[in-house]
Amino acid sequence: MTKVQYGWLIRSIHSWSANLMIFFAFVHMFSVAFLKAYRKPRELTWITGMLLLFVVMGFGFSGYLLPWNTLAFFATKVGTEIAGQVPIIGKPMMVFLRGGDEVTGATLTRFFGFHVAVLPGIVGVLIAVHLFLVQRLGMSVPPKTEVEWVKDPSARRDIKFFPNFALREMMAWYVAMGALGALAAIFPWDLGTKADLFGSAPAGIKPEWYFLFMFQTLKLIPSKVWFMDGEVLGVLGCGLAGLLWVLLPFFESEQPSRPRKWINGLVIFALVYVIGMSVYGFLAK
Amino acid sequence: MSVDENSPSGSTRRSVIEYFVGGGLLVSLASFLYPVMRYLVPPPVVDLGGDEVIAAKVGALKPNSGEIFRFGNHPGLLILAADGTYHALSATCTHLGCTVQYRADMGEVWCACHNGTYGIDGRNISGPPPRPLDVFDVHVRGDEIYVSRKREA
Repeated sequence: MTKVQYGWLIRSIHSWSANLMIFFAFVHMFSVAFLKAYRKPRELTWITGMLLLFVVMGFGFSGYLLPWNTLAFFATKVGTEIAGQVPIIGKPMMVFLRGGDEVTGATLTRFFGFHVAVLPGIVGVLIAVHLFLVQRLGMSVPPKTEVEWVKDPSARRDIKFFPNFALREMMAWYVAMGALGALAAIFPWDLGTKADLFGSAPAGIKPEWYFLFMFQTLKLIPSKVWFMDGEVLGVLGCGLAGLLWVLLPFFESEQPSRPRKWINGLVIFALVYVIGMSVYGFLAK
Repeated sequence: MSVDENSPSGSTRRSVIEYFVGGGLLVSLASFLYPVMRYLVPPPVVDLGGDEVIAAKVGALKPNSGEIFRFGNHPGLLILAADGTYHALSATCTHLGCTVQYRADMGEVWCACHNGTYGIDGRNISGPPPRPLDVFDVHVRGDEIYVSRKREA
């Protein structure tokens, strides 16, 4: 069996929707951060959202290998090797992810399992909790609006989730589906060249765009910094930055009238850093 | 649930049963989890490569070029330098495990993943690689080029 009718379209829709999902998860995260929607009592909504983002990136990472092409093979090799740099638990974690010491066919079956069974299970639970919290706590409004509403309750404007919001949402879905179909049909995703386990990494090898900012950061760290391996330092640094980002709501002021300015600065810095490093990573040879 | 204060022996009997039930549950849980854990942790793979391998035939490489060969489960890199000498190195980058290649234009070993470079003697020259590449011995016997692991002196 070499040809499946409209197989190219299904695969292309899968690839495009996967990439767009990650893109919009990032957009959503930054919009929540800029509008300070993570404020009390929505800390847990933010945390489940961040966990969802990590799982979604896990989907991207595990799905990237499945076409078994050269880029995917080396990206997985590097990605799992990075996981192996984590002190103490790193090595066993790497062997567990790879299903052995090296990236082989065993890794492919394992990643397929993660991609179609383990991660969907986790994501299902997380989405349920996330949406439950959104429904339970209601939509957040920016701190400024909240202050105005407290001052003048008559200024408060709400719409019903059903049917008003749901109908609006359906319109957005409809447009998004059209855009997705058009992208998938006009720019079909390439399968790439089949992975050669004993071939050299080709020039210009790069991870998927959503890992580029981390990839470029790791690339810029020298091999030794003081007494530490640059790689270990990079992995620990990225992990620590990620953890602080997850805990962002707990650094925020509880008074909507006095939001913490430095957090705005931090969010702008994070956005500029992620975009800047991604572009740099894309352009760098 | 209330404990009958008038019969201390009752609470003892109850706690014995609780230990048995709890312990039984724990043991059965462990008996479920153990095979699952063993299943998920892959057994170590034996490297069938031995200590010596035929990497290429004499004349297969042009001067100032390199070729990947299979050394057991790992890739190796055989280089015929511009001066006509053979060099054999591990082709696994010491940074994050990508497979390196010989760049004729640079006269160096290069890793495409993070732009690391090594000399043809395996020395890490620039970029992120923290250590040199492993160096192998090269012997030409007849028309075949043999590569072997370095013997500890």
